[in-house]
Amino acid sequence: MDVIFGNLDLWSQALLNTLIVFFAGGLIALVLGVIVGAMRVSPIPIARGVGTVYVNLVRNTPLTLVFFFFVFGYPQLGLPTLSNLTLGILAIGIYTATYVAEVLRAGISTVPVGQAEAARAIGLPFGQVMTLVVLPQAFRSVVPPMMSVFIALLKNTTVAAGFSVAELASVRAAINDSHTRPGNPMEVLLWVAIIFVVLVLLLSWVQNSLERRWRIAR
Amino acid sequence: MTSVLYDVPGPKAIARNRILSVVTVLLVLAVLGFLVYRLYVSGQFEASKWYVFTFTRVWEQIGIHLVNTLAAFALAAVLSLVLGFVLAIGRLSDHAWVRIPVTAVTELFRAIPVLVLMMLLYFGLPSIGIKMDPYWAVVLALMAYNGSVLAEVLRAGIESLPRGQKEAGYAIGLRKSGVMRLILLPQAVRVMLPVIVAQLVVTMKDTALGFIITYPELLYYAKLLSSQQGRPILQSAFIIGGIYIVMCLILSGIAKYLEIRTRRSPKLRAIANAHNPAADDESTLTEAIAMQRGAGKRDLGGGGVPPL
Repeated sequence: MDVIFGNLDLWSQALLNTLIVFFAGGLIALVLGVIVGAMRVSPIPIARGVGTVYVNLVRNTPLTLVFFFFVFGYPQLGLPTLSNLTLGILAIGIYTATYVAEVLRAGISTVPVGQAEAARAIGLPFGQVMTLVVLPQAFRSVVPPMMSVFIALLKNTTVAAGFSVAELASVRAAINDSHTRPGNPMEVLLWVAIIFVVLVLLLSWVQNSLERRWRIAR
Repeated sequence: MTSVLYDVPGPKAIARNRILSVVTVLLVLAVLGFLVYRLYVSGQFEASKWYVFTFTRVWEQIGIHLVNTLAAFALAAVLSLVLGFVLAIGRLSDHAWVRIPVTAVTELFRAIPVLVLMMLLYFGLPSIGIKMDPYWAVVLALMAYNGSVLAEVLRAGIESLPRGQKEAGYAIGLRKSGVMRLILLPQAVRVMLPVIVAQLVVTMKDTALGFIITYPELLYYAKLLSSQQGRPILQSAFIIGGIYIVMCLILSGIAKYLEIRTRRSPKLRAIANAHNPAADDESTLTEAIAMQRGAGKRDLGGGGVPPL
């Protein structure tokens, strides 16, 4: 227990940073993902093309490499300096946005074809077909896979530790590098693992309860 | 699906779409143009920045590190497939003393981030007296995580099969092992092949995490290169990144091909439940499993005509 209470300042800072990366990255992913997802189903071929290229390119890039580009590459461009935390948030947001876009697209295609056809038959334009008929139905089937994306996002925040963002996975290095702090690497990392298991369980619980509440009654 | 969302555009819509196309193109060009301009202004295109890549020795090193990446990927892929089968069969066992621990292990491995698993193996184990090579830390961590995800994929595949398959197997006198080996697994593997290959793409991408625990793979070499003469940080990221993306695109392409074949094959389409949005977009993760699970429930509840 000394590992926890002897380093309480480190742990709370690390947990805070993990949550900041998670929520800020999640927000960027959600906003960008909705835009890209909309582009991928839009009637404009060029927008569809841009969306497809973005999704295929970023999804086939390791997250570590995206971080590499942002954290090591960005300062080379001579633009205003940003902290590693901000760059990490951008990297993880841009990476996760592709998954959000794909989940949305898959959700839209789970809505039976007849729904969209019926909406068009009564003369609704694309915007109204989407907002009044397709999206409300897609939203419900999207919730569980979307939560899975956010669980993956939470676990991916650990990658930031490799790029000098002081978050949970970096606690080990911080404790080992200072000779006065209690705890050996094994203990620290087991606690990190436990914290992640608890956070993931929490998110899966939210996922299950949302899934139950918003189940589609067809 | 996309085409049913909107009508064939009339003259007004065509004009509007044209304007929106132009706006999209302009926006994309503006972003790309800005990046290229910044790259140019900060001197990233100067010959001195690309100088290190004129040496054959550098390319030899890239080759060696590429082999390292592929070695970790290959072993991790094989081991995680084996573990996936073991865990999937264990989780479907009739004996609670097998099923419950296997379920717990699967869920645990899925909940811990791969990087933390790698760190546990590489930094954690030495403190209790076990020396761990970075190679094995990468391979074992990838095996544990991807094995448990593949186990879920296979289990979802088996559960999505119509119940009649299993019953028919028992009816012709097969034992539990025979039903699993001869009837359920072959079909589940065929249905889930695209998802399995897509998970291998994830494995390939995650080998890059080895960089953080000092496994000398491609990205590690990119970092090493970036401290060379001229500090070609972005340049090495572009070249090494290109290699990664090409490798992953090839694997994704295979997954896509398998998926299209699955969708075309009338036999498989019947089991794969006509519209499987998870497999549609070479997605991996749990979303595929969630979708498959839902599909499985409907299949059993509906009690339709056994499709095979």
